[in-house]
Amino acid sequence: MASKQTKALRRQETIAERGIIALNKVSMSYQGDGAPALDDVTLRIDPGEFVFVVGDSGSGKTTLIKLLLRELVPTSGDVCVMGYNTKKLRHRQIPEFRRNIGVVFQDFRLLKDRNVYENVAFAQRIIEVPTREMKKNVPGILSMVGLAGRYRYNVTDLSGGEQQRVALARALVNKPEILLADEPTGNLDPNNAWEIMDLLEEINEQGTTVIVVTHNPEIVNAMKKRVIAMRKGIIVSDEEEGTYVNED
Amino acid sequence: MKIRTFFYTLSQGIRNLFKNGWYSLASIATISACLFLFCIFYSVVANLRFVLNNVEQGISVQCFFNEDVTEERILEIRKEVENRVEVSRVIYHTDEEIWASFGPEYAGEDYLDVFPENPLAGEHNLEIFLSDVSMQSTLVTWLSSMSEVRKVNYSEVTASTLSGVNMIIAYISIGIIVILLAVSIFLINNTVRVGIAVRAEEINIMKYVGATDFFARAPFVLEGMIIGALGAAIPLALTYNLYDYVLDYINGRFSVLSSILTFLSLDQVISVLLPVCMIVGVGIGFIGSFVTAHKHLRV
Repeated sequence: MASKQTKALRRQETIAERGIIALNKVSMSYQGDGAPALDDVTLRIDPGEFVFVVGDSGSGKTTLIKLLLRELVPTSGDVCVMGYNTKKLRHRQIPEFRRNIGVVFQDFRLLKDRNVYENVAFAQRIIEVPTREMKKNVPGILSMVGLAGRYRYNVTDLSGGEQQRVALARALVNKPEILLADEPTGNLDPNNAWEIMDLLEEINEQGTTVIVVTHNPEIVNAMKKRVIAMRKGIIVSDEEEGTYVNED
Repeated sequence: MKIRTFFYTLSQGIRNLFKNGWYSLASIATISACLFLFCIFYSVVANLRFVLNNVEQGISVQCFFNEDVTEERILEIRKEVENRVEVSRVIYHTDEEIWASFGPEYAGEDYLDVFPENPLAGEHNLEIFLSDVSMQSTLVTWLSSMSEVRKVNYSEVTASTLSGVNMIIAYISIGIIVILLAVSIFLINNTVRVGIAVRAEEINIMKYVGATDFFARAPFVLEGMIIGALGAAIPLALTYNLYDYVLDYINGRFSVLSSILTFLSLDQVISVLLPVCMIVGVGIGFIGSFVTAHKHLRV
């Protein structure tokens, strides 16, 4: 049986060889649904990249996120994230796997009965970070997202933009290798949307791989990042410094 | 699991209880109502059976012997009778004892002067009390088959009636207790499930952030167990406080029947109800929350 160190080394080799995210001929069909949500998708994302995944509703973006989070396993093909083949992950390995992926949703998904500090600290409690360290890490990350003075606020008393910052702080506090953002600006006004995008760019500059699922053409076109466009479950274009024309 | 994680889980379970105050109250009330019904029914049935058992134990079979049978042989037969499973105790009544108890009533205090010779000579007998009256006929057949035995006195109607009533009560009570418990389990389970289902998103968030199944589930399971324990404690406390009061009322109202109406003590009733209610309350709280939380963990 390979030791933890050997496994970690093997994963590093896989990442170097195949990228931090690698999809190889991945198809995904839901039970009782005729057309596949993803159809023979092959994709490689390297560590430190900033990638937009764009497409209309039903193009397969959310399915892609769910596959990356190992909420779903592909019907065929392989999904490899941080050197883990998600198909081979056992149920008990999933929590540890997810701790290296920060995730942000359009609807924030915060624990509404807790304050800002508690929401962020929650991610640290899960990995049993000592309280003393937690008391350093949480204010640090809150300061980074511009909420240092609001740690005692109940999250329901914050604006949409501020709630998304809390979600971002929670996603980042455990220093993940990948940050997945599913329509992070979908519920925000343009000013707040740009502030969140600036934060995501800053996080990416610090080395985190950032994948943003969106259908906001203004942001995509202004940021000049890699753009993967999807339609009906297939990748129709994959361009460095790409653009996006919303067909809705 | 580290100690601080344990205390965090514990605090979250207790916090959930207060956070969802109305739901907690409704759950506790449902569990309490179900288990209180069970407590009342059990107390009634257990006492009814206790009274019947007491009556049964007063029923005896009298065995009379031929004149030539020696006292030594009678005592040997007594030992054989005592060894039988359906027998609870045996009393040997000598001729003298019988006359001593019957004489004063029949002939006054100077009965020994009135009847210098014992008119009940030869009436010595074994009085046999049964632990199970339904076995009376078996015992009577066995006694009658002995060559030393002259006559066996017994009341077949009383024994069969008592035994029949006891059996009917036993079947009915088992049936009703099973139904009551099944209804309690169903209601408690549903209450706990509904409470968790409305907070499925919370479990979802925990799982996305990388919580283990144990970490995400533990506060809910703990909350379910606390609700179950509180729901069981209330009917137990009510039963504990009302039981003696009700018995005093019955004894006062039916004082004529006080010799027949002997009831189980509070300790005897509570010693059964305490573990049953706690197991049902806490057990269902645990299982219900465990299973329901499990359904939402598949994220």
